[in-house]
Amino acid sequence: MIEARGLSKRYGDKWAVYNLSFDVRPGAVTGFLGPNGAGKSTTMRLILGLDEPTAGTVTVGGHPFRRLPNAPRQVGALLDAKAVHGGRTARAHLKCLAQLSGIPDRRVDEVLDVVGLLGVAFQRSKGFSLGMSQRLGIAAALLGDPQVLLFDEPVNGLDPEGIRWVRELMKRLAAEGRTVFVSSHLMSEMSLTADHLIVIGRGQLIADTSVKDFIERSASGYALVRTPDEDQTATLTTALTEAGGSVEALPDGALKVTGVPLPGISDLAHEADVRLWELSPHSGSLEEAYMALTQPAVDFRSTTDRRAGLLQELPPPPAPVLPQSSEVLESEAAR
Amino acid sequence: MSSPAPVLQSEWTKIRTVASTKWTLLLALLVTVALGAVVSAVMNNTFDDLEGVELATFDPTYVSFAGTSLGQLAMIVFGVLVVGTEYSSGMIRTSLQAVPRRGLFYVCKIAAATALAFVVAMLTSFLTFFLGQALLGDHAASIGDENVLRAVVGGGLYMTLIAMLAMGVATMLRSSMLSLGILMPFMFLVSPILSAVPGAKDFARYLPDQAGSRIMRVVPNALNSGETPYGPWGGIGIMLLWVAAALIGGYLVLKNRDA
Repeated sequence: MIEARGLSKRYGDKWAVYNLSFDVRPGAVTGFLGPNGAGKSTTMRLILGLDEPTAGTVTVGGHPFRRLPNAPRQVGALLDAKAVHGGRTARAHLKCLAQLSGIPDRRVDEVLDVVGLLGVAFQRSKGFSLGMSQRLGIAAALLGDPQVLLFDEPVNGLDPEGIRWVRELMKRLAAEGRTVFVSSHLMSEMSLTADHLIVIGRGQLIADTSVKDFIERSASGYALVRTPDEDQTATLTTALTEAGGSVEALPDGALKVTGVPLPGISDLAHEADVRLWELSPHSGSLEEAYMALTQPAVDFRSTTDRRAGLLQELPPPPAPVLPQSSEVLESEAAR
Repeated sequence: MSSPAPVLQSEWTKIRTVASTKWTLLLALLVTVALGAVVSAVMNNTFDDLEGVELATFDPTYVSFAGTSLGQLAMIVFGVLVVGTEYSSGMIRTSLQAVPRRGLFYVCKIAAATALAFVVAMLTSFLTFFLGQALLGDHAASIGDENVLRAVVGGGLYMTLIAMLAMGVATMLRSSMLSLGILMPFMFLVSPILSAVPGAKDFARYLPDQAGSRIMRVVPNALNSGETPYGPWGGIGIMLLWVAAALIGGYLVLKNRDA
């Protein structure tokens, strides 16, 4: 159980996290979502007592992390996969951490096996790929068999097999009654893993809800309608608008209709003598709902690259040098 | 609640499992002993050239410690790396997660590294003394002579304290590069230059390296190095104050800043 109450953190004159209150409950995977720079990592650091909150509190099992008895056995965390001394082997790294909390060496090999790094246990971690580093970080988090687990972007750099493995691991940990708090900026990933969602943007709470409610509440369903030609499209648009629907013409000639149920659209088309080539239901994806929710809170927005005349023309290819026929004969003779 | 024993053990493992710390300590030993041996051998061959004050203040023990000036740089690198790599790698966050009590973490880290530095420094000091004396031939001092044992043990203490000073500075600055960039020129350039400038000389005597190195002299103004207003243990005391200041500064930074 993680409880944040009015949690705020200011760096310089910028609030990284502001007045954040939420609970992370045991027995479920809680997804922690937000655009880049929303304050996810800051929140995680605050939970782990690495940073001191400017205001508010956050507790794990009722204690602030720094006063938590036997913290490494209670809480396991993966914050930054690359935060290891590159000169140390994977096994030595875990051994250092294991000794801190009185965990026997046997457990080091266990977690190395769990994350699939047993084969590279004696290699220095500086040669590890991002995916391997993530696995090492996950191994470190699992080391103390803790009841509370925090993962900051655990699937970064993992291959599809690794992503699926992490997903199943999270679910299994939650099913064992543990508290699992996973941050991500990918809604699609969370929709497959999380039971509950905490969404933040610009350091403030946007949503604290179950995944199911989140989809139902914010998803915008619509119908996609296509007719044979422009005339019929125009007729149908008029009919639909009169019936109280809202119609948006898509660039490919199809209509995006909301406000009229599918059978209603069919009936209206029949009455207006319009043939339908397509009438399909679309439920808004979680990704869309998430985008709609966080759009105003995106800190780093990309713009179109105008490439202000920087494009360099490729020089014309050099004329191919054809070997003289005599040379060919000579080289052949040489062989 | 974490107790010191596992944290000490873990910090010991941390030092043991990284190549850089082993190499820097080995380098400190080799450089100090080798340079001391070379200077001792040269001194033995040119002894007849000494005259006046230099002859009167000839100090065979101090001569054999000539390599300390270079060997201490490796000690500094050791002290800086033990702390600094935590910050440069980001390991500090993992460490503090495992040991949320920062005071405990800090004390154990410094203690583990200091213990190792102490053993290596003492070994270095005795090795460099005996090898140096062997090469000084007829002019050698004996370990049983007055104050000689003090100087040899003091040489080990000096090297240990230098490493501790570096650990404190690195914790304050939270960066290996910055710490080395300040400590190296200081030990190698600023301190010697200041001590050569007449006006600054009185001040430079109280710098950690100059005050601390007084203990390695059996003859107070060995080789015409000038009298000091403090004795050998007084010098170590002054150096201890510097080390304490650096370590306390490091503690305050670690305690109060976000990791």
